[in-house]
Amino acid sequence: MAKRLDIKDLNLYYNKFHAVRDVTLQVHARSVTAFIGPSGCGKSTVLRALNRMHEVVPGSRVEGSVLLDGENVYAPGVDPVQVRRTIGMVFQRANPFPTMSIRDNVVAGLKLAGVKDKKRLEEVTERSLRGANLWEEVKDRLNKPGGGLSGGQQQRLCIARAIAVQPDVLLMDEPCSALDPISTLAIEDLIAELKKDYTIVIVTHNMQQAARVSDQTAFFNLPAVGEPGQLVEIGETGKIFSNPSQKATEDYISGRFG
Amino acid sequence: MTESTNSERRSAPPGETGNTLVEPPETPVPEEPVTPPSEPGEKKVVRLGDRVFQSVATGSGIFVVAIIAAIGLFLLVRAIPALHANEANFLLSGQWRTGDPENMAFGIIDLAWITVASSLVALILAMPVAGGIALFLTQYAPKVLARPFAYVVDLLAAVPSVIYGLWGALVLAPVLKPVAVRLNETLGWIPIFADGNVPAGSGSNVFTAGIVLAVMILPIITGVAREVFARTPAVQIEGALALGATKWEVVRTTVWPFGRSGFVGGAMLGLGRALGETVALTVILSYTFEGPHYSIFDAGATFASRIALGSAEFNNNLTVGAYIAAGLVLFISTFAVNAIARWIESGSARGKE
Repeated sequence: MAKRLDIKDLNLYYNKFHAVRDVTLQVHARSVTAFIGPSGCGKSTVLRALNRMHEVVPGSRVEGSVLLDGENVYAPGVDPVQVRRTIGMVFQRANPFPTMSIRDNVVAGLKLAGVKDKKRLEEVTERSLRGANLWEEVKDRLNKPGGGLSGGQQQRLCIARAIAVQPDVLLMDEPCSALDPISTLAIEDLIAELKKDYTIVIVTHNMQQAARVSDQTAFFNLPAVGEPGQLVEIGETGKIFSNPSQKATEDYISGRFG
Repeated sequence: MTESTNSERRSAPPGETGNTLVEPPETPVPEEPVTPPSEPGEKKVVRLGDRVFQSVATGSGIFVVAIIAAIGLFLLVRAIPALHANEANFLLSGQWRTGDPENMAFGIIDLAWITVASSLVALILAMPVAGGIALFLTQYAPKVLARPFAYVVDLLAAVPSVIYGLWGALVLAPVLKPVAVRLNETLGWIPIFADGNVPAGSGSNVFTAGIVLAVMILPIITGVAREVFARTPAVQIEGALALGATKWEVVRTTVWPFGRSGFVGGAMLGLGRALGETVALTVILSYTFEGPHYSIFDAGATFASRIALGSAEFNNNLTVGAYIAAGLVLFISTFAVNAIARWIESGSARGKE
């Protein structure tokens, strides 16, 4: 559990379009790393490359390596399905399976992995929902469909679903961008708790959020229109927001552009 | 939506708006608010273009409903005298004696059996294939292949049904002969595979008819299923993938639950088509005076093919009325099947937000 990620010389393409160039960075275990940057700079693309979700887009291509505690997830013979079972993901729009009950949503990953033991599934349901701060709100209606919850609850249900399989890393792609401030706060509190057990990478457009929840921050940027996105700098969140070493970072976080 | 339309209509009567609205429909009216801006809130602004369009659209809608009602009424009015003159039980008798208007005895039970049996055989064969094709086209086939392939499937619907009939009777029936004989021999202890009222090897039976019908309704079911499967939200599919689902598990956990009711609705549409199919079955099924044995190796006539075959007899109102009564039953049952199909389909839309 809670492994480190080393991203080396990552280049990402959609067909001929070079989306991201030469990204190299480290994600520490049991910490929160935030990716910030203007729209289209490739931060979500990088995130999706970490659990091999980038390649589900037809025509996409990956160069470089992503090491999970030293093991390259792009090594030949590595099954992407297996990678996605160990690196979980939470999306921008909450996407519980609408026809499944809350309980079945939480244990969907385990069931895919072939776990059938009823008692174990019960335990995991409760543990994951407690872990996602949702247990008290839904414990009386576990058999109701997940689509009936509020947006914030649905997103926490998706987090519960992701942590139910106890992933090594948890990726979050703008998890709060569709939520109201109170639900956002609930998710941010949850992230602070989850980082005790999980390695978390979060993409966010909200710089206050990056400053609040993350330990280190990576700033991505587009050097010019049509050019691939690049990693400008990565460092301690406090340093990036108070004393960045690059002019572009300072311009971005002080709101001069983007 | 409906409310605002109603209130617009309510404000429209010429008596109220007569002094502000220039209304001869032939002369073009400037596209201006018809209510002076000085009295807002009293009358809704209605532009001429909107009114014309609304009337045309409403008129078209009413026209369709009126036609259907008129057909239903026609069937009912013409069927009733014949039903009064009928000496047999219309719903439960298997006779069909309509030549002499003074002495008619006719019932639909045999027609109903052949119709329903051939349609159900078609549905049972076509549903899994159509579901498979739709899943292949939306989930597995590369985009360049999916489009032409979909055209080919749609093309099946463009083949005239008399061609299907000829193909079924002349090509398929001889090919199916050994299969039918074999099924009859090995599974004959199951009633529906037992001996029919014609030899299993004859080919002109419900078995052949069902297979031809299956091909005919395949594009209908496939088309609907393709639509609903393709509408599976991408976030759902990605959610399943991110949990470590394989392609097949993605289909099982997201695409199929999402599209299932639409698929069933499409199958019902196909069933409606199969129930009413006429020419192909008239060509394929041989006519026999022996009643059915409730086996798929029965021959006989469906509602539609019975009517088509009887058209030579249409020489007096009561005889025609007997056929029209059979047509009425067909009309009601296809109507019901289609209504159920729509209801199931709309149910699937309601289930997803």
